[in-house]
Amino acid sequence: MLFPISGVHINPALLALVGFVVGVFGGFFGVGGSFLAGPALFGFGVPMNFVVGTDLAHIVGKSIVAARKHRKLGNIDLKLGGIMALGTIGGVEVGAQFIQYLKKTAQIDAVVGISFIVILVGISSFMAWETFQTIKTRRGKAPAARAPDASAFQHIAKKLQRWGLPPYVDLPVSGIKRISVWTIVFVSFFGGFFSGFLGGGAGYIRMPSMIYLLGIPTHVAVGTDLFEIIISAGYGTFSHALKGNVDILIALVMHTGGAIGAQLGATMTQYFTGVRIRVAFIPLPLIGAAIILHGLLTGHKAP
Amino acid sequence: MKPSLRKVFKSFSIELPIYAGLAVVYVFLVLHFLAEWLHQVFTKNRPMYALLALGLIIGQGYVLELVTRGLLGLVNGKKEK
Repeated sequence: MLFPISGVHINPALLALVGFVVGVFGGFFGVGGSFLAGPALFGFGVPMNFVVGTDLAHIVGKSIVAARKHRKLGNIDLKLGGIMALGTIGGVEVGAQFIQYLKKTAQIDAVVGISFIVILVGISSFMAWETFQTIKTRRGKAPAARAPDASAFQHIAKKLQRWGLPPYVDLPVSGIKRISVWTIVFVSFFGGFFSGFLGGGAGYIRMPSMIYLLGIPTHVAVGTDLFEIIISAGYGTFSHALKGNVDILIALVMHTGGAIGAQLGATMTQYFTGVRIRVAFIPLPLIGAAIILHGLLTGHKAP
Repeated sequence: MKPSLRKVFKSFSIELPIYAGLAVVYVFLVLHFLAEWLHQVFTKNRPMYALLALGLIIGQGYVLELVTRGLLGLVNGKKEK
């Protein structure tokens, strides 16, 4: 079927199926799912600038479903999410401007594709290493003494929480007594930049950053990240649509599958500990990296 | 598998085919009635297109959330009866 805005032919059932799979993963891991949806759209033959913008649009709709579910479960820290929005919006705009610059150079597919692969492989490797360290530390302890949400990077998060640049805030929902607003803004700007540059909500960067750098418990990081994604992806959608990078028809079709997938994924978080959620997350960025690499090597042909 | 998790999967396996049927009809209607019009707006009025794109996806997000939650409630309610 022809999608006239981006000018590509895609089977709508396949789009909805991809949306469903991405929805399940997104709801479960608290990420928008662009590490899978972006590469899948690229694999369907969608031009890279439309991949970035359309993926953002689809993620807005899907994250509303998952975030509402997480809010009911008490997994959203609204205060943290509100502060993060400041850094996120700035970062998204800088990332979107960078895409505009690359559009003029005709190197956009290669630059965005290779950046995507480096980031995805890096995140997966880091999370695998960290989780292995955490499991090794837990192994020596009695089951009752094991923290269900322990992280081998807790000392880094504690150091960053002590960073002495006022103003400070307390985050009772996340169990943090005092943290500099600038630490939160810096972490969210970083996530926002990748959201504008690579598409999606950049939860694959923000979710691990919240856990390892800010010290947010995994379940709260999952819920708050989804709330944050609505803001970053919403702003990104508007900004990219103005620049002609959004095929809203593709996003609407994908989202029909994503809506039910996100419900299932968010419900499933209740049955797993933080460490288990992180272990299950590890292979996902690698799948996205493999799809992008395939697209780059085969000359971006639609299946 | 925990019994409560099995219950979740059971509810979703009933909800999924009903939802899929509704989604097929909806997608057909969207592509049939909106495709050409949205393409025209995209070409002629980009700010309007940006507003429409954001409005459509947020609107669909809320509506589908209500539909999926309603269906799940219906399925669970029927099973309890």
